[in-house]
Amino acid sequence: MNDWSWDYVGDIMPKLLDGLWVTVQATLLGSVAAFALGLVWAIALRSPSRWVTWPVGALVEFVRNTPLLVQLFFLFFVLPGWGLSFGPLTTGVIGLGLHYSTYTAEVYRAGIDAVPRGQWEAATALSLPRGRTWVAVILPQAFRRVVPALGNYVIAMFKDTPMLSAITVGDMLFQANSIGATTFDYMEPITVVGVLFIVISYPTSVLLRVLERRLVR
Amino acid sequence: MSADSSLSKVTVNPAVDGSELIRFDKVTKRFGANTVLDALDFTVSSGKHVTLIGPSGSGKTTILRLLMTLARPDEGTIRVGGEYLTHEERGGRLVPAGEKHVREVRKNIGMVFQQFNLFPNMKVMRNITEAPVHVLGLSADEAEERARGLLELVGLTEHADKFPTQLSGGQQQRVAIARALAMRPQVLLLDEVTSALDPELVAGVLDVLRDIARTTDITMLCVTHEMNFARDISDDVLMFDAGRVIESGPPEKIFNDPDQERTRQFLSAVL
Repeated sequence: MNDWSWDYVGDIMPKLLDGLWVTVQATLLGSVAAFALGLVWAIALRSPSRWVTWPVGALVEFVRNTPLLVQLFFLFFVLPGWGLSFGPLTTGVIGLGLHYSTYTAEVYRAGIDAVPRGQWEAATALSLPRGRTWVAVILPQAFRRVVPALGNYVIAMFKDTPMLSAITVGDMLFQANSIGATTFDYMEPITVVGVLFIVISYPTSVLLRVLERRLVR
Repeated sequence: MSADSSLSKVTVNPAVDGSELIRFDKVTKRFGANTVLDALDFTVSSGKHVTLIGPSGSGKTTILRLLMTLARPDEGTIRVGGEYLTHEERGGRLVPAGEKHVREVRKNIGMVFQQFNLFPNMKVMRNITEAPVHVLGLSADEAEERARGLLELVGLTEHADKFPTQLSGGQQQRVAIARALAMRPQVLLLDEVTSALDPELVAGVLDVLRDIARTTDITMLCVTHEMNFARDISDDVLMFDAGRVIESGPPEKIFNDPDQERTRQFLSAVL
């Protein structure tokens, strides 16, 4: 077994930090996509029309019940054959966003259901238009309740980003792998990747718990 | 109450001529196998204060909810100011009304709820201005001016910038009254508005409502267990039992000398 070399760690750090930046981008952009799409699904699933709820419900179930990696491969290797191709990172963000939107939709649904019926009734009694009721009354109250749960999905997504290396996104794991492939020494790069993950995700989850205590009173 | 001085600034009900404002024709409402309202007929004249009394489950609250379109009748029609509420006339036939029609007729009606139902994410001021701005199209300034007048009326001027949770139940309910009045409805529906309040807070809310009843010409339809309040403000009292009006008349008659034995029983149980 090789001895741990700090010099080697110093040499590979710039590349790994490049990878970290890609990982962070994928997580943040993926989160924005997941938050937005999930909200679209959640509101669509409350539509009075079955022509809306049925296809959206089917899509959400389908995406939630198939593996993220399969979806990434489909987006990256199959769609270009139909003339739809994006760069690796864009594909990764779409994949993460779509996959996690099926979970955030459920979070929103619970948050919306938790808004008391009296709020809808008061909005009706004031004749507030439906869109205004959503934007001004229901969603602001639902958001408070869903922030902690959404935050947990951001952390989960962060930890899922290494899957993007399978579609050639230059994230941390991809960089570590390519370093190892040239030096034949995987111990330092892979270990540093693990440490970088925990250095970011643990404080984030602590922060979320603080936020949760503040928001959900 | 500091209410009287401010009332001149507060126009609550633009047109009152004592004509028929609300009309229920053979309205039936069922919840499952349970018939809550049974072919109910009744009318309320413009400007009148009408109190609905009767045992729980007799359909009083359902009447208010039907008028507020929080529930739809299974049979029969409801008219407000001559307009059908949940129906439209098309080609000489009555058909279920579209959302736009319902919205238009409903604008004439305001409601205060047992549980206040203020918007907890908005300060008191915005609770009151939200609908005037986004439904009536008032400018922010106009809506705030109207809201200030109403906050004075309900005695809460200094609480405009607080969130509802920072207020007592009685104060919240008075904000809810101001919020409903800000839409200048012709009809104000009051659904057991003091039932959720601590006993010592009831009087403040009832005082505000007495002031409004005495000094404005808004039509009030009120479900309450506060019999003294009902006696004070009502022009007419309707006694409900099992989804029907079994007796109606001025409060002196109903409370002192009811015709129906059932009314007598009910009153002796609650008074």
